[in-house]
Formats: sequence, structure tokens, C-alpha cells
Amino acid sequence: MKPNSYRTGPDERGHFGMFGGRYVAETLMPLILELDEAYEAAKKDPAFHAEIAHLHTHYVGRPSPLYFAERLTAHLGGAKIYFKRDELNHTGSHKINNCLGQILLAKRMGKTRIIAETGAGQHGVASATVCARFGFPCEVYMGATDVQRQAPNVFRMKLLGAKVHPVTAGHGTLKDAMNEALRDWVTNVENTYYLIGTAAGPHPYPAMVRDFQSIIGKEVREQIVAAEGRLPDVLVAAVGGGSNAIGLFHPFLDDEGISIIGVEAGGRGLQGKEHCASLTAGRPGVLHGNRTYLLQDDDGQIFEGHSISAGLDYPGIGPEHSWLKDSGRVEYVPITDDETLEAFQLLTRTEGIIPALEPAHALAHVIKIAPTMQKDQIIVMNLCGRGDKDVFTVGKILGFDL
Amino acid sequence: MLPQTRIDARVAALKAEGRPALVTFVTAGDPDYDTSLKVLKALPKAGADIVEFGMPFSDPMAEGPPIQAATLRALNGGQTMVRTLEMVRAFRKEDETTPLVLMGYYNPIYIYGVERFLADAKAAGVDGLIVVDLPPEEDEELCLPALKAGVSFIRLATPTTDDKRLPAVLANTSGFVYYVSITGITGTASADPTRVATAVKRIKGHTDLPVMVGFGVKTGEQAAAIGANADGVVVGSALVNAIRDSLGADGRPTDGTVGAVTRLVEELAAGVRRARSPAPA
Repeated sequence: MKPNSYRTGPDERGHFGMFGGRYVAETLMPLILELDEAYEAAKKDPAFHAEIAHLHTHYVGRPSPLYFAERLTAHLGGAKIYFKRDELNHTGSHKINNCLGQILLAKRMGKTRIIAETGAGQHGVASATVCARFGFPCEVYMGATDVQRQAPNVFRMKLLGAKVHPVTAGHGTLKDAMNEALRDWVTNVENTYYLIGTAAGPHPYPAMVRDFQSIIGKEVREQIVAAEGRLPDVLVAAVGGGSNAIGLFHPFLDDEGISIIGVEAGGRGLQGKEHCASLTAGRPGVLHGNRTYLLQDDDGQIFEGHSISAGLDYPGIGPEHSWLKDSGRVEYVPITDDETLEAFQLLTRTEGIIPALEPAHALAHVIKIAPTMQKDQIIVMNLCGRGDKDVFTVGKILGFDL
Repeated sequence: MLPQTRIDARVAALKAEGRPALVTFVTAGDPDYDTSLKVLKALPKAGADIVEFGMPFSDPMAEGPPIQAATLRALNGGQTMVRTLEMVRAFRKEDETTPLVLMGYYNPIYIYGVERFLADAKAAGVDGLIVVDLPPEEDEELCLPALKAGVSFIRLATPTTDDKRLPAVLANTSGFVYYVSITGITGTASADPTRVATAVKRIKGHTDLPVMVGFGVKTGEQAAAIGANADGVVVGSALVNAIRDSLGADGRPTDGTVGAVTRLVEELAAGVRRARSPAPA
């Protein structure tokens, strides 16, 4: 049955349909409940919203522009392509939107120490940034593999005063970093705030992170009406954990005429295990505090996954996306590493914008669909991160000696 | 009247004996099926009163390095839920009385299928379940179906479980309460016996169930100190470390593997047996 609204979730226990929930160890449960209370109180406090709005304007540089990609549109010869330029934010991605909200909440809760997990390092950098800005000690858990392939971001975090813990468990990627952050949290539960970087984890994180990221979609609504006099036809965003995507999608979920597409990391193709397309190729399970689609075997053991992009290298997905998939409101499609690399280069050459590998996935799908659409139709894609952090990875693949 | 479970019978017997229980944890399939089954069968003979058998999961969020490593050894050895239940059946053929509790994380149970899992576990001779990532807020998932199926659901209480929350945590708990004596992961810090005694007293003010205390107990001496004021002592990481230390350079078990575990269990069993006797003058 089709719900009256796609925007009312989750329920008070954190469920989006069968997804979400609070699957955590008892040690953490009282803290999760305390966080839920603190967030509900903050949401009702105009001073909390005023402080975020002030920081958005003067610290982050919001609103980020909505940019008409004229040359790319002409090159593809179909729908008009707009980019939401969240890569122009302070720290270079959408991650700062969430970090600002959560650091203010941590301050309200009287916490004195911040921990975070990071994949590509964008969330780690954004966490280290807000910790520097608000005077909190910050410790970031990062898979050892990711420490290697995202060296510039590791150095940024260190410059910002954060301590970076390389995690060698498992394959040393985002999943393992999150396990280790949870172990830290359970050990230092009294004074520590866990600043989760994506719209996943136990309730209230998925809803809270979504709320902090929804500024993206709210701005797009105003900006596209100002530019075109109407709402777009298609929204496209990359999904790893899914925070930039839910931030763009959520304010549009009840606009029936808009087609919404999430792009997953198809890695080296869906036939094997070397991808991170949990919605396309996974099945529901319970990990990291919530029920959601996961890449796993028949025994319930979780796969590591693979993506060229460290930020999408996660075998799960935020629970609201799982619900949006099952309810049919949002379509999720995979894009491979190779398609991503082509899109990355095309955007660089046609628009003079070097995208991060994460939104390059979204772009690869735009490249597929734009030519099939009418010239008066409009696509808005979330360009959620800039590619500076990825030039070494891409350079290596393309055979440049950096 | 409800039939007495193996856990209840064992707890009553220990009460009559006037000593705390020794509860041992090992990971199923560590480092391989045959060795792990031998270890399991040897535990009661070496002095374990209740055995906890770990269901391996790829992402053991609440475990420290020892049980993480044991989990990895088991998974690399091909351990699955099907094989874990098979080991329980094999154990029950020889031991009708020692309570066996499966411990782990929810996802492998969820994927196996809750109804099918409970039926198969009950039939295999499982007495209780400890599932780390199922707090009372998610009781409908497994706890209530388990109680209906006649399998005890043993809850963890922790230092962060305050008096306001304890009744909710204890509400659907049966068999015993597992008190996690530190805020942290397994196999790391040890708790101070005085603080543990206070915490156990606090929990017992809310329940008639026995309170077993775990996390950080490694030696017979610690078992005696913690057991002085608790109904039982749980030891896990020290036992899986004994397995680890007994392995050959190739990671394979040796002739000494089972003995390494039983020697430590004997020491711990002696510890709980002297826990409540007055210290020698």
C-alpha cells in the first residue's frame, strides 16, 4: 500500500517500515536514549536552529550554488543538467552539514570528547574541523586501506588536531572503522559523543543525519524554482551510507512527478563480490545498530565490498533508503568503477570541475539518462564532494607518476 | 508447573553446594570443528558449570582483540550456524545436564530464520541465548519468540544500566543475568571486585535470578575474588587466548590445544570453589 506521505518516518522506535531500529549493546542503549531525548529537545529550540543557520552562512558558505552545467548539457544533447555544488562547502563536501549539527548537540549534552569513523576521509576531515572550531578533542577511526589511499585527508585531519587510528581488522575499510568506533564508544561511553557520518546506525542517527543534510534539498527547491520557475524532473545522487542522497531527496519525496534515483557503487560488476551495491544485490539484515539491506552470505556474515571510491566502500546503506527502495519511491542503480572514471574525466574537461569519485558515480548515471530525455526536462544532481582527495587514486589508475 | 530447565537445575545445585558457578565461553569452530568440539566436551569435565558457545559473526562490535581473533579463526575454518548447532547436538549426546548457552550477534540468527533457529536450537539441546545487539527495545525480534519456544533469553546488564532502566532489562530475562562488569569490550580491563559486589547487590534488589559476572576475569585468583559476591563468574577471552597460544606456527591446533584450555578451566574452577571459604589465617 502506498503511504500518504514518504516524509513522516521514522516512528518513535526508529523504524522506517521494517528497517531501522536500535540494535545495540546494552552499555550503549541508555546513551542512545539520552541522545534521542537531547535531539528532540534541540529540534524544538529556535536557538539551536539559529546557531546552525549562522554557521551555515558564515562558516560553511551556504547556500551552495545550484549550477547549470551548460557545456555538459550540450555535450550530452538531452535534459538540462544542474549540479547542487555541495563540493564548494568548507572542507569540500556535504559532510560538514551533519558535523555542525551534531557538534552543537554534543556541546548541549555536555560531552567532552568526539569520536568518528571515516571512509574517504571527508567525514573525518569535517569532524576534525568542527572539533577544532568548538575546541573538542577528536579521534577518528579509519580503515588502514583507506589511510593509504586517502593520504591527503589523513594529513588534513592531523593538521586539524585530530588523532587518526588506522584500523587493520577485516579489510581495513569503512565497516571495520565503524566497528572500532563502536568499541571505543562502549568503552568511553560517559564522556564521549560518537559523531556518525552517514544516515545509518541506531535510531536517532539515521533521522538526525537526514535532518541535518536536508538543507541540501531545501535549498534546491528554492534555487530551481528561481532558475527555471518549476521543480526538476529527476534527482540523482550517489549512495554509500546515503547521507548526501537522503539530504537531497527527502524534501522532494512527496512530489509525485519527480523521479528520484540513487546510484550505488557497482565496483567491478555485480556478478562477484567486488562491489558495494547493497540495495541492488544485498538482502535485509542487522548491522551497526539498524536493519537494512546488507551484502552478506547465506550464513549472515557480512562482506567487505569493494569500490574505487572509499566513501562508498560500505556493505550496508541507511535504513530509510532500504524503505524507499521497497516502497518503490526511489530507484537505485549500480555504476561500475570504469563508468565512474569516465564520468570523472568528462566533467573535468567539459565544466572545469574535478568531482570526488562518489558523485562521479551519480554523474555516470546522469550521462546515461540525460541523452534519452527531452531538452526541456531538468535533472538535478548532487555534486556532493570535490575530487582533490582522489587525484592520487585516479592518477595511479590512469598511469600518471605523481 | 513449568519443567525445570538445565540452567535452573544447575543453579539450584550450586546454591546447595554454596559456591558460585564457573561459566566458560569459547567460540564455536575455533580453530576448527574437531578441535572445538573436543574443547567443548572437555569443559564440564574440567570444572565448567555452564558453557557459553560463541556463534561467530564477521562484525563482533562488542569484542576485544582475543574474541575477534577467535571469531576470525573459526570463520576461516569454515564455521557456520549449521555447524554450530551440529556441535551442540554432538555435545548433548554425551552430556545431558550441563547447561549450554549460545552467545553472539543477531544477524546470523536473523538470516537463519528466527523460527527455524529456535526450533533447531531447542532440538539440539540449547538452553539459552545471549544476543549482544538485542536490547529490550527489540524484544519482539527474538526474546519473546525464544521464551515461547522454551529457550531462556539471558540479558546483559552493564554499569550504564541504571535503576530506572533495570526493570525493563530484567523483564523478559530468564535463566540468569549476565553482569558486564566494565563499560567496554571483552578481554580488556578488569573490574574492581568491590565495585562488582555493589553492582551485584543493586541488581539482586530487582530480581531473584542469579547474577553471573563477566568481562576481564583471567585467573583463578580473580575468579575467587569476583565469585565471593556473585552467583557466578564468566571467563571467555582468557580461554580463547589459551587456544591461540597453543596453536602451531601454521595456525593449526596442536596436541596441547585441548589441554591448554582445560588447565586454565581447572585453575578457574578451583578459584570459584574457594571463593566463599574464609581466607586462611
